[in-house]
Amino acid sequence: MGERAIGGLMAGYDRGAFFCELTSERTSNCAEIAIVLDRLGALDFADLSRRSADAERALFDLGITFTVYSERDSIDRILPFDVIPRIITADEWQVIEAGVVQRVQAINLFLQDVYHGQKILKDKVVPAELVLGNANYRPEMQGLDVAHGTYGHVCGIDLIRDEGGIYRVLEDNARTPSGVSYVVENRSLMMRAFPDLMADLQIRPVDNYGTRLHAAMASIAPPESSDPQVVLLSPGIYNSAFFEHVFLAREMGVPLVEGRDLCVEDDKVWMRTTGGLERVHTIYRRLNDEFIDPEVFRADSMLGVPGLMRAYRAGNVALANAVGTGVADDKAVYAYMPRIIRYYLGEDAILPNVETFICREKEGLDYTLANLAKLVVKPVGESGGYGLLIGPKSTAAEVEEFRAKLIADPSNYISQPMIGLSVAPTLNSTGVAPRHVDLRPFAITGQTTWVLPGGLTRVALREGSIVVNSSQGGGSKDSWVLGA
Amino acid sequence: MGNLLARSAGNLFWLARYLERVENMARIVEITETFSRDTSARNWLSVVQINADEKRFFEKHKVADGPSVVHFYLLDSDNPTSVPAALQAAHMNARALRPILSVEMWEQVNVMRNSWRAVSASDLTGPGLPRLCKRLREQCQVSEGVVEGSFAHDEGWHYYRIGKNIERADQTTRLLDIKYHLLLPNVDAVGSALDASQWNALLRAANGYQAFRRVHQGRLSPAAVAGFLLFSDSFPRSMTHCVRQISYMLTQLRSRYRLSGGTPAEDKLDEMRAVLVDLPIERIIETGLHEYLDWVQTQLGALTGDIRDGFFPD
Repeated sequence: MGERAIGGLMAGYDRGAFFCELTSERTSNCAEIAIVLDRLGALDFADLSRRSADAERALFDLGITFTVYSERDSIDRILPFDVIPRIITADEWQVIEAGVVQRVQAINLFLQDVYHGQKILKDKVVPAELVLGNANYRPEMQGLDVAHGTYGHVCGIDLIRDEGGIYRVLEDNARTPSGVSYVVENRSLMMRAFPDLMADLQIRPVDNYGTRLHAAMASIAPPESSDPQVVLLSPGIYNSAFFEHVFLAREMGVPLVEGRDLCVEDDKVWMRTTGGLERVHTIYRRLNDEFIDPEVFRADSMLGVPGLMRAYRAGNVALANAVGTGVADDKAVYAYMPRIIRYYLGEDAILPNVETFICREKEGLDYTLANLAKLVVKPVGESGGYGLLIGPKSTAAEVEEFRAKLIADPSNYISQPMIGLSVAPTLNSTGVAPRHVDLRPFAITGQTTWVLPGGLTRVALREGSIVVNSSQGGGSKDSWVLGA
Repeated sequence: MGNLLARSAGNLFWLARYLERVENMARIVEITETFSRDTSARNWLSVVQINADEKRFFEKHKVADGPSVVHFYLLDSDNPTSVPAALQAAHMNARALRPILSVEMWEQVNVMRNSWRAVSASDLTGPGLPRLCKRLREQCQVSEGVVEGSFAHDEGWHYYRIGKNIERADQTTRLLDIKYHLLLPNVDAVGSALDASQWNALLRAANGYQAFRRVHQGRLSPAAVAGFLLFSDSFPRSMTHCVRQISYMLTQLRSRYRLSGGTPAEDKLDEMRAVLVDLPIERIIETGLHEYLDWVQTQLGALTGDIRDGFFPD
């Protein structure tokens, strides 16, 4: 692939061996990207830095922050914001959108099946123990019908782009994916700080997320409610993602409630208002399954609502996402997702997985053992990057030590090749340099699925780092989808 | 649209009270500093007395002078009656209210809290003290303006106004109680000239200096000052004015929003107003201003309890 001519601020920019979201030649030529590059190149470094500092100051003043607690104090931190946008062409977006819709559809069909007939398990397409033995499998959901068969009303599908520019799914998030508030706030920040960069470009808007979400929440309310009361259930102001809860409640125009604001009487859910108890029909909950109802799950939960599952099972309240969606976004189930898609939809996955070898299967195990030093091996039960082997970055001794663990318990592992994540030009203290990025599009599903154009681009701000998590030096970028 | 979440009503009530408290504290410290240069330290002690903090204050400090009082009220976040504590409490309430506050309002409280966190003892010396007190006052006043101009005047706004007016009435009566007795010429010096500048300072501390001048022109007497702060029909911080505002808000909640939770509070206000209007200030002073103000304070405390129980019980 060729390079675009760039100058000024971008003059010394070198994407290395990686696909660059701005400078790599796309399969379809895109005039808009050339315009943005020209405009970026013409900007003065001092000016860009000042506008960047202003933008981050605005985020802090507006309280678009997550909270870090120490022993004595609470500190509000912003998610660092990089002012150079990531651009997705209309053609690229078409593929991503169709792929995300397909994936969410398969996830919902899978969950519907798991919590009803378990046909896919009986047909041995997915090993039964992988699902039934999963910590996030909820037997309480067996036989419960949910509106439109939708379980994952809000899903975030994490995508990366490999060296060849192919988008691949890295992870599914079907429980409570977060980050959408940054997508919308980043855009409004960019519109204020960089009107010159965006001038005359057709960029698809993101500010109707709340309206879409509310419509989906209303569509799943119990049928007897003509004007359903939707609420957002948050763990409260001490939760580090509280800002996002505020954002979503505000954008939907619904009350942000905590567990203590709700009660269950008569198998119906009520909220405590100044005028007494008022009926609640749909709860968009940002609490994990195990905290929502101390009568059924963790008895020590102070955050939930006693009796909520009773009301849910009685069909008197809708929960989004449904209980028990965690079996669909598990790392081990992820490996089976291409087969799950084929099983229910009779189609190939539009967005491929990162090539994954399932070590519980002989073929996968053999390949993994033969190529251990080249692969990333992940335990399926863990999250947060614990207990994994990054072959290319490990010593021979570490690889051998891991080999023993793998042979002892192959079912616990999957392996993947090292992917060279795509990069995007990113501002740092001395200029513009390539940094690795991923993309989390958000899909809302009531009766049908809608995907927010773009999504959250996370960027690893440290040179060479591929860790985009906010807790480990990650930031975010505005993601522009071109086209009307 | 349904009624407001009970918890949010409580948050609005307390947000208003804490912001009002910050503004009052900033003004009292600023005025005390201005008028203490040529008099004794008893002015600084009176700040402690106004807040009924003698016990906690003297556990931490030997004497009530400028530096110790300024530290206790402007920097000591462990002191629950301090500015940083009130800002933190206001911030917590505002944070819980973010889905319904306007973005500007939240931003104002957030910036106020964060900018005060950056203030250190060295910033509060010399001209820094009045300058920062002024900034704080202005930030509170801006927040008032933002609420007025951007917060929907719906049900929730009424709790905000009630909180604001209870706090104002509370602050005005405390200020009067302490200062009145402090400034009265002592019995040994009957007939000695009034220290006019100190009475003016009291009016300024209540933000009522100009308003008082316009009503009373050149005449200044302790009774006139007390009467003004308690019974002025038009001064927004007089006790009468605050009580009338609270009463109006409760009526609105009952008639427009069909909320009956305020009935006990309305009864209490009726009782208060009956007592308030029937007594001329000279009679009150004769029979004991302190006892009278004490009763008002007790009533305001009970009123807060009634409002909480009626609209946002724990």
